[in-house]
Amino acid sequence: MADISIRSVRKAYGKDEVVHGVDLDIYDGEFIVILGPSGCGKSTLLRMIAGLEEITAGEVAIAGQVVNQMEPRERGCAMVFQNYALYPHMTVAENIGYALKVAGMAKAERIARVTQVATSVGLDGMLDRKPGQLSGGQRQRVAMARAIIREPRVFLFDEPLSNLDAKLRVQMRHEIRRIHNRIAATSVFVTHDQHEGMTLADRMVIMNKGTIEQVGTPEEVYDHPATTYVAGFIGSPAMNFLPGRISTAGRAVVLEGGARLDISAAAALGHDGLLVQVGLRPEQIAIAAPGQSGLPVRFDFAEELGSGRLYHFLHEDLPVTVHSDEKRRFAPGEPATLTVPPVAVHLFDAQTTQSLTAAAALAEARARVNA
Amino acid sequence: MRRAYFKNNWIAALVVAPQLIIIFVFFYWPASQAIYWSLTLEQPWGGGNTWVGLENFRTVLSDPVYWSSIRVSIIFALASTALAMGMAMILALFADRQLTGYRLYRVGMIWPYAIAAPAVGLAFRFVFNPNAGLFSFINTIAPETWNPTLNGTQALIMVIIAGAWKLVSYNFIFFLAALQSIPRSLTEAAAMDGAGVLRRMRDVQLPLLAPTFFFILVINITDSFTDSFGIVDTLTGGGPARATDLMVYKIYSDGFRGFDYSGAATQSVILMGLVIALTFIQFRYVERRVHYT
Repeated sequence: MADISIRSVRKAYGKDEVVHGVDLDIYDGEFIVILGPSGCGKSTLLRMIAGLEEITAGEVAIAGQVVNQMEPRERGCAMVFQNYALYPHMTVAENIGYALKVAGMAKAERIARVTQVATSVGLDGMLDRKPGQLSGGQRQRVAMARAIIREPRVFLFDEPLSNLDAKLRVQMRHEIRRIHNRIAATSVFVTHDQHEGMTLADRMVIMNKGTIEQVGTPEEVYDHPATTYVAGFIGSPAMNFLPGRISTAGRAVVLEGGARLDISAAAALGHDGLLVQVGLRPEQIAIAAPGQSGLPVRFDFAEELGSGRLYHFLHEDLPVTVHSDEKRRFAPGEPATLTVPPVAVHLFDAQTTQSLTAAAALAEARARVNA
Repeated sequence: MRRAYFKNNWIAALVVAPQLIIIFVFFYWPASQAIYWSLTLEQPWGGGNTWVGLENFRTVLSDPVYWSSIRVSIIFALASTALAMGMAMILALFADRQLTGYRLYRVGMIWPYAIAAPAVGLAFRFVFNPNAGLFSFINTIAPETWNPTLNGTQALIMVIIAGAWKLVSYNFIFFLAALQSIPRSLTEAAAMDGAGVLRRMRDVQLPLLAPTFFFILVINITDSFTDSFGIVDTLTGGGPARATDLMVYKIYSDGFRGFDYSGAATQSVILMGLVIALTFIQFRYVERRVHYT
């Protein structure tokens, strides 16, 4: 019903283009997270869907209807802003009910609806307060209630949790997901926080410098990052990168300094001698005794996480981080060997930064799911 | 917050002395002189005075001419304040929309504030001139209609417009600054909530302007009571038939034309008391309604 289709959308301020031709299909009822660093154009894209920003070129359609020339109010979207944007001179009830008042709903009916929605987000007994008398979390709830009450076709969230402390952020994240499930509107959520993105999204869109790097479920994006940018951005601690060269004959990638890692992906083996970036997730590396086949390293230092430990090693002076549940002791400079299963070796063309392995692996994974 | 204290009291006194001396020389001393004169009968050509107590106040307040001056002053203050604030508000709301060319427009709007009151009066003398000014077109359509030199109501309207015009640019600066300090996301949220441009102005922008609105109100009322001399002097000279004889102008004409120093001093004291009372009332009853947090 309320699917959103974005076709080669561009945004320029004067000569300065910030969104360079974005294509994206958002399905009805889906929770989409647009993830990227600040200045990547993600908020601009959201605001173009909302109608707060003019679309320089391209087309945005909601439920099959092109909305480029429509006023925000005609688009059936509700938005939750980063700084809540509550009307400071109105009470909580007036804030939540403002859209209904503008729409001309009778007062009695309006009050009933406001009370009902306020209760659903846990704001009972606060309806007569002004936003200035509320805590951050309560303001967030008012902002949510103000969006919910309009029963929108599309929910837009512009980094709504970034002003909250860590604990409240997790709590509100859960509530947003619950509300989405209950209301079944299409949600578009912009954030720079990968945890928010991974936990909330049905599908995520990774943006960088005004273009889309990858679209996929959180699992797909994590397991099969399409570019070095996505690989480095998703995952905490971040993926390790080491330069190397593919050797088809040896079914391996040869790192600088001569170490070899076995690879299995047929897609990569076609590129004999190609310079690549080898990506290794810290949590997919195992630590073995020195002298075994694998990546020879020296111990640098460790960080305790409670549930596990981060071991920082050096391979040819390049840092390699390993996340392990094992508690082991190393002396500084002590040698060790790191082993990685061939399927966990991510290979990216050093020149184009595109993954050599993701496309094939993704297709295989999707085929398995469908079978 | 920590405050810094001076250990040495006479250094502190030295630092505040220039400010205190200026206030004393230009306010407290003349004000106390005016109060003293208002209680005596001063001879026009010098040479001593006689203590008369409150006799001067009795004379002034029983004079119907003075009461008509108060009436005219109040009409002038209310009308020119309303006109100046209304115009400035509308102009600021437009400038805040950031339509093309608003920067130039903003600068242009601020200039009139730099013009001295007598110059404003002179300019409006040309504008309102019944024979040659812009308003003479009224006389072209209906002869003998517009003539502020004979018609008291028209003369008052003329003074009100000129007085308001002088205040518009000042008010505009404050209203525009206040509008631009309203977070953009608030008007955007209202737009998402379905409110059009005018509705957003009414429901979001204007209520948030309330503190500025109050400040401008106090300044404008005070200003139109005390600082309208230049306009009246150049435009009408208080006439015709005292129709524009504002309190502040009457002080001047009674004192320096009529040589009634004691009467003028008495009127000054009354005017001062009136302005203080008005400001007090505004703070007491209006200010508490304008805070929204």
